[in-house]
Formats: sequence, C-alpha cells, structure tokens
Amino acid sequence: MIETVTSFSEIIEARSGEPVRSCYFCQKCTAGCPVVHAMDYQPAQVVRLILLGRKDTLLRSTAPWLCVSCETCGTRCPNGIRLAPVMDVLKEMALQEGVAPAEKKVYALHQSFIDSIRLWGRVHELSMLMEYKLRAIDIFTDIGMGLQLIIKGKIPVLPERIKNLEQVKALYRRTGR
Amino acid sequence: MRYSYYPGCTISATGVEYGRSIDAVCAALGIELVELEDWSCCGSSAAHALDHELSLSLPARNIALAQPSGLDTLMPCPACYQRTLNADKHLREDEGWRKEMETLLGFTYNGQGRPRHLLDVLGNDLPAEAITSRVKRPLKGLRPVSYYGCMLVRPPELTGWDDPEHPVLMDRLLVALGAEPVSWSYGVDCCGASLSLNRSDVVKTLVGRLVAAAEEAGANCIVTVCGMCHINLDTRQQGTQMPIFYLTELMGLAFDLPGWEKWLRKHLINPLPLLKSLRLR
Repeated sequence: MIETVTSFSEIIEARSGEPVRSCYFCQKCTAGCPVVHAMDYQPAQVVRLILLGRKDTLLRSTAPWLCVSCETCGTRCPNGIRLAPVMDVLKEMALQEGVAPAEKKVYALHQSFIDSIRLWGRVHELSMLMEYKLRAIDIFTDIGMGLQLIIKGKIPVLPERIKNLEQVKALYRRTGR
Repeated sequence: MRYSYYPGCTISATGVEYGRSIDAVCAALGIELVELEDWSCCGSSAAHALDHELSLSLPARNIALAQPSGLDTLMPCPACYQRTLNADKHLREDEGWRKEMETLLGFTYNGQGRPRHLLDVLGNDLPAEAITSRVKRPLKGLRPVSYYGCMLVRPPELTGWDDPEHPVLMDRLLVALGAEPVSWSYGVDCCGASLSLNRSDVVKTLVGRLVAAAEEAGANCIVTVCGMCHINLDTRQQGTQMPIFYLTELMGLAFDLPGWEKWLRKHLINPLPLLKSLRLR
C-alpha cells in the first residue's frame, strides 16, 4: 500500500489558495516589500522555507507578523503568488499550534481590535487602545499624541454599539472565538 | 445619483474630517448617500491576520444589509472596500460558504449592488463638468502628489483599478479643481499604517520615505483618500511638516463649501499656512 504524505508546502497551498510551489525565486517580492528591512526572513526566503518544509522556523518568524498585506508582492509576482494570504496562514497556524507570536505588540493590537468588534460591533478606538496598551505592557508611548487627538475630537470617548450585536457575536462563535 | 453608504469605523474617529467633507461634497454634487442601517466593522487587517473565516464573515454581514436596496455601496476607506470585495468574491464563488452565510445572516445573495470606493464614484460616475462647473476657487499653486496607498488598488484581480502601479484617476480630479499635481513614483507604496502603534519605528521609516519622495518631486502637499494613510502621514513625520489633505477636503475648498476650514483644523500638521501663502484662504 502506498502511503501519501502531504508536504508542508501542499498544506500551505491548500489553506492559502496560493501556488507557492510555482516560485522560481526571482525575488521580486523581496525587492518590492516595504517592510522587508524589519523582517528576519525576506518574503522570497519565506517561500523557500515553505518549500523546504521548515515549519518550526516559519511559525517563529517575525516576517508573517510584520507583513502589512499591501499586496505589492502578489501584484508583481510573475507566477501569480500572493504572499499576503500565505503570511496570514502562517500567523493563524502559529496561534493554532500555541506558538507565541514573534511580534507580540503586533498580535496585541490585532487581538484588541477584534475584541472591540465583538464588544460593540464597531471598533471603539479609545477602549481598544487601552486594551492594547495593557496587552502590550506599553502604557506611555504616544500618550501626548493620543491626548491631542482626543482634544481635536478625533477619538470619541463613548462607544457606539450596533443594534444587532447578537448577529456579530454569532459570527465570532462560528469561528470558536 | 443614489448610493448606499458604508462609512466605516474611521469616519467617526480619526477620519472625522474625511466624513464631514464627504457629506458636504456629495451633497454639493447631488450624490445622495443612504447610510447602511446598523452596519458593523469589516474586521480590517486584524481579522484577516488572526482569523481567515472572520475576515470573510464580518464584511458578509454588511453585504447582506446592503443588498435589499440594490444600490452600489460607497466606501471611503480602502481597507473596508478591499475586505468587502474579498467577501463578495467568496459569496459568489464558494457555494457552500454562501449558503451558510445566507442562513446565518438571513438573506439570499443576488450579487446586486457592488462595493465601490469613493474615488471610483467621484472619478468615474460623474461627468467631468460636474466637478469643473462647481469650482469657485481654483487651487492654483497647490502642487499635490496623489497618494492612493496600497489597499485601494490591490490586489488588482479584486479591485480592477485603472492601473495597479500607476493609477491616474486622482490626478484627473485634482486638475479639475485647478491644482497642479506633480508626478512621482510612490503613489501606491504602502505607508505601513497597520504598524503605526506597535512598530512605529518601521512606520516612521516608510512615512519619511514617502514625504522625502514628495518633496523631491516638487510637491507642497500629499492628497489621500484613505483615513489610515491620513492619520499615519499626519502623525508620523519626523522633522517635516508636509500637509496631508483628503481629496474631499480639497474639493470642499475649491467649491467654497462652508466648513472646510473646520475640517482642516482637525489635522495635526496645520495646512492653513500653506493655503495662506498660496492666497487660497
């Protein structure tokens, strides 16, 4: 009997819908990436690591967390590979497998953001930012700017709650969040 | 002209002047905006970063709300626009998921009413004279660079914009207002807004690069149609004071609509000295 083993790259392809195995390493993605200077592995290296099956390395990498989903790589890739959805799969996988996010503050903001939507149906920046600051243990950064924005009426103090919040909560329950 | 209107969360917060200028400009141009009753957040970057399913279902709820009117939905925020287009594509293409959403959200998907970005509506649905005939104060001397940002034009298979590397729609509108847009190569480069709070070091680099490129091109301001780009460029410049305008603010100024000065006073980088020096105020 032949045993079929699904490779890591096939799993990534199935979950992201992106044909990463078509990569011929031209590195156009790396060349156009605006945040590459801050990443531990460059976008093209991420693809190469996927093809090499280096899952552990990737789930601990900062690259997926720093990807801003600007879609420059996907727009320019000669093989039609969009890396933004691939980076999303890697982040999701890290969370599902209990690997601590390599960029804790990036994760903290995302989590605070989706918590805010679950609470109000819309994002309420002030409470969302307070949650973020507690999660990131980063209380004082940007306080001056925040106050200026509140004074200018650009950060409302009170949240707006939507009427059918139950429906939004049902969407969250469906995902197990 | 009537559109369903999805303001998005930014409009009631950091993008408040964007919202007010949209209301005023649309009213002046005879564009009727019907705000979507009980809309919810699209999930933005956070949802797709952490949970693929949520990133599709949150905008699907708004599509369900918009559908009965049959109207196109006007969206001022490129992130809302892109996330909603993405969910719309999944509703069209993934039958099993669509049925699940239809049951959960109590609607039947008919594909009527497309998500449209504000710039697309202003640039493509209106005849050019509609804009030029309302200009009372031509923006002479204003040399903006058009800044589209990343999410508005990409991915091209979703957004179908005129050109994902060199869009020209905003330049056309700025010319109609009497401004003198200058060309540059950074119109669709990302400003990094989603990292603005948690990796501001990265964002300061990106914003610095954009402002330096605008200065080098000979621009005296940057024009945007994105609330996230605006707050990011308005708050993260280091040692420069390049004014950042929303396109609709400039339309309000050129049409001489009441309130434009109040909108501009919401900015952290005060654009009024520039306007004074050009005798536009």
